Amino acid sequence: MTVSAVEQQRVASAPVRTRRRGGGSSHGERPSKLGVAVVSVFMIGVLVYFMLPVYWLVVASTKTASDLFSTPGLWFSEMNLWGNLSRLSTYDGGIFWRWMFNSFIYSGVGSVLMTFVSVISGYALAVYRFRGRALVVGAVMGSMLVPQTVLAQPTYQLLVEIGLNNTYAGVLIPSLVYPFGVMLGFIYARSSIPTEILEAARLDGASEWRIFLSIGSRLMGTGTVTILLFAFIGSWNNFMLPLLVLNDQSLMPVTVGLNGWSQASITVPELQTLTVVGALVSIVPVVLVFLGLQRYWRSGLAAGGVRF
Amino acid sequence: MSAATASTASRTRPRRRLRGGGGGGERTAPYVFLAPFVLLFIGFLVVPIGLAIWNSLHTVRRSGLGFGSASETVFTGLSNYTEALTDAEFLAGLGRVLLYGVVQVPVMLALALTLALLFDSAAVRFKRFLQLSVFLPYAVPAVVAALLWGFLYQPQVSPVVDVLRSLGADPDFLAPGTVLWSIANVTVWSVTGVNMIIIFSALQTVPRDIYEAARIDGAGEFRTALRIKIPMVAPAIILTALFSVIGTLQLFNEPMVMRSVTSNVSSEYTPNMMIFSTTTQGGNINLGSAMAILLGLVTFALSVAVSVASNRRGGKR
Repeated sequence: MTVSAVEQQRVASAPVRTRRRGGGSSHGERPSKLGVAVVSVFMIGVLVYFMLPVYWLVVASTKTASDLFSTPGLWFSEMNLWGNLSRLSTYDGGIFWRWMFNSFIYSGVGSVLMTFVSVISGYALAVYRFRGRALVVGAVMGSMLVPQTVLAQPTYQLLVEIGLNNTYAGVLIPSLVYPFGVMLGFIYARSSIPTEILEAARLDGASEWRIFLSIGSRLMGTGTVTILLFAFIGSWNNFMLPLLVLNDQSLMPVTVGLNGWSQASITVPELQTLTVVGALVSIVPVVLVFLGLQRYWRSGLAAGGVRF
Repeated sequence: MSAATASTASRTRPRRRLRGGGGGGERTAPYVFLAPFVLLFIGFLVVPIGLAIWNSLHTVRRSGLGFGSASETVFTGLSNYTEALTDAEFLAGLGRVLLYGVVQVPVMLALALTLALLFDSAAVRFKRFLQLSVFLPYAVPAVVAALLWGFLYQPQVSPVVDVLRSLGADPDFLAPGTVLWSIANVTVWSVTGVNMIIIFSALQTVPRDIYEAARIDGAGEFRTALRIKIPMVAPAIILTALFSVIGTLQLFNEPMVMRSVTSNVSSEYTPNMMIFSTTTQGGNINLGSAMAILLGLVTFALSVAVSVASNRRGGKR
């Protein structure tokens, strides 16, 4: 019965994209009927695996605490989503929304700055030839191998030293070091900016800054959005550093806050439902950003793929 | 005074190759553009690493007892490293993540590669929708993913356990022997999508006429995938393997969250968690730093091994 519920969900949502892509038969060869059948069964399994937890989260968010434990997990029972949401909003003086706000600050401000730094650095590395270039490229590549742990604890120590522990800046500034973004920026700049255009602009007397702003950054548009997406998801995901740096509840991002609730739910059962609803609410912004920027990451990653 | 006016004049006047081929601006521009990154890089990457190394070579010694006791930091060479390397818990954690990686990385990459190849073939319908479904978990933060699966592992709430029980099985996802694989499942669920997309993007850039040639030579879809597509996208596969190995050794978020649903994940379950607990609860920054450096070295060694192994294989073809 539970499985058929998933089936229904699948069938209900599948026709959203009934239009088959023109490029469907990419090799001009029609696959055999048996092949298609086997692949279809496999893909249904894949769909169930990847979507089931999210579906469960949606269903569980609509349930009361007692229904969560007593009714079948994959189907709705008494609708209590609004009750749960209002409890979520009022619990502990509405601390949850404070966490969401904090996450928006950390990820919103953070990802925009990360993207700016990545794009301008990648542009500089791709467009100019200068002393020290090889050193910077090497440092970027090498630093991607440095585990976060090696950094987290001494970074914390450093923040204590300069008095930034337990502040917004203490979480925000260290997260701006984003070598992966610089590497992507470098790849995009190299593949999308022809040097002839820059030469022409220089001959017209444009300053280097102006060339970057009105030519370089525009040509890198798609890549920029891809970097922004990765930066946003990455910083929304940030957990270890804020866990170390912050001890004030009202400064925590939503991931750290929810983890705290989950740990506390062992003794405060009410938090179990709130953790479930909170988890659902917390992924809505990332999922929306993700879906909204679909067009960009699809083509952006393909552009990066040239050099991967 | 006259020098000042001259410089203002040259700034306002439309410049036409005034500075011999635009040399000046072009020469300083890259340094200006890179300045923010380099400063951040030094401040929050180079300095912390230096600090970690310094910490790892020192030890805080307390002289006397009680509150009034003075503590001094003394140079102790590699003693923190020997302490870490003889710590049974640390070694067990390291062994645990290596075992985890040996299973999780190949399984995840095989799944990602299979899906990428299928999406690149003609055999799959509803491509965009399915691709999105596979990639979407990547947008779910690791902490939330672990919370979610944590519920799905608990017999009291889990529909998965219900279904398996009705089929006659009695799974315990949170037992001491299985919880590691339950954690591995969470990461497979989270990261398969992004790896699939990277490999898929690489596949899309392969010129289509190569496939045409293979077809004329009589190669079927399967053979084409095996002999042409996979070798063509080998760099992308190696890249994803490299990032996965690094991620494996850093395992922290998922097991940390799992601690709220099972007591079978200790606070020293992975090296990363051990470093965290040694420095926070244990208050021993020096030992924690030595462990962090060791973990960094292991990561580095493994990354190099992955690249060397793949280069050698690439060279044969």
